[in-house]
Amino acid sequence: MANSMNITLKVWRQAGPDAQGGFETYVVPDANEHMSFLELLDVLNEQLIKEGKDPVEFDHDCREGICGSCGVVIDGMAHGPQQRTACCQLHMRHYKDGDTIVIEPWRAEGFPIIKDLVVDRSAFDRIIAAGGYISANTGAAQDANALPIAKYNADLAMDYATCIGCGACVAACPNASASLFTAAKIAQLSLLPQGDPERKTRVRNMVDQMDKEGFGDCSNHAECEAVCPKGISISSIAIMRREYVKALAD
Amino acid sequence: MSLTSHLNSPIGKKLVTGVTGLGLTFFVLMHMIGNLSMFSGDDAYNLYAHFLMSLGPLLYAVELGLVVFFLAHAINGVKIWMGKRKARPQGYKVYKSAGKPSMQSSSSRSMIITGIILLVFLVFHLISFKFGPGGPGNGDPAYLTTIDGVEMRDLAKLVREKFATGWYTWGYTAIMLLLVVHLRHGVWSALQSLGAMRPSLSPAIYTIGGLIGLGIGLGFIVMPLALYFGMI
Repeated sequence: MANSMNITLKVWRQAGPDAQGGFETYVVPDANEHMSFLELLDVLNEQLIKEGKDPVEFDHDCREGICGSCGVVIDGMAHGPQQRTACCQLHMRHYKDGDTIVIEPWRAEGFPIIKDLVVDRSAFDRIIAAGGYISANTGAAQDANALPIAKYNADLAMDYATCIGCGACVAACPNASASLFTAAKIAQLSLLPQGDPERKTRVRNMVDQMDKEGFGDCSNHAECEAVCPKGISISSIAIMRREYVKALAD
Repeated sequence: MSLTSHLNSPIGKKLVTGVTGLGLTFFVLMHMIGNLSMFSGDDAYNLYAHFLMSLGPLLYAVELGLVVFFLAHAINGVKIWMGKRKARPQGYKVYKSAGKPSMQSSSSRSMIITGIILLVFLVFHLISFKFGPGGPGNGDPAYLTTIDGVEMRDLAKLVREKFATGWYTWGYTAIMLLLVVHLRHGVWSALQSLGAMRPSLSPAIYTIGGLIGLGIGLGFIVMPLALYFGMI
């Protein structure tokens, strides 16, 4: 049996999109090091329910670090202190008895708060809908080697394709820019033959949509790369800019 | 879409800021190297200044270009800063950088502040030197000199007078250190904005950018300090 830990949580509570929010302090007296961060919130919620209080709303789904549903700012860092980790995969063994943890939602104009720690990330869906796909009718799956793609490009495209759309890049960016999210998709498709026919309209429309959603401009702080659970490189943003300039050429 | 809307897009703003930033970096580098001619004596400095003035229309073209670059750079910088305030109306109670590979630093977060101070300094600096005694619209026979039979402005005399004062010299030094802080993020950021990046080269480019900034800043500082301490 693991040693029990007494953890104090300062959690952002907000009843609804337009309600005034504020921090509430809760103590979880029997946390333990084997818990994931979200399990700690589960335990807190059981406590709150038993006390007849409203549980803390937070997004989550797979809890395996691959779906992109979860995401809160923990002690000032999106997904918490461990890099390349979604907060569902952050474990309490990184904390010690008596610690106080501050939990806030993603804060951005483009991600309005729905309740407590849950934000509306549909802006990302609209950015993808603006061009983050290929519309070629590909028919039945063809032979794997029929369409040769350079190994380097295939690897790089796969790196950019690992984006799970969690929104940590926006949350951590000092400017609340969605450049890394948008660029990851543009860069991925720019490296593959399937993405080639629509590359110009794609970059124009996606960048345009990103702007309309109210995200800020990139200032090359590269904070997004540091908090990305998939470690997507800001080289994707450089590719997006090159693609944009090429798209202007005609 | 029109050119204006492209230039105002999230990418357009970065491209303009990056191109003008690199152009201005090149300008301050050249300016710094020119200043060092003071170490070859007052005549060398005056001859260099006179040579620039004698370029006539070419000089005006460069000056006009600089005005456009400074304005475009500053306007975009302010726009990006205002956009950031709009994009996150409510800030975090606690905010921390997650560390490497983040390039976030006191330098990257203070670009708007160092930028505005440098812009105010620029106006002050132009009034002091370019439009100072002996300059355009401010003819003063006391600030004329003759070298090899050619009459020209004695800019070296003005420079010596300015940097004989403590507050002026140390104020100038402090501003040049802010320029180093601005360029530390600026040079790297401009290159990333222009899409000229390869992840494996990022740390090297960041270091080189910082060194270029440091070199330019120190180059600007040595001449005034040497004058102040009576070494030249």
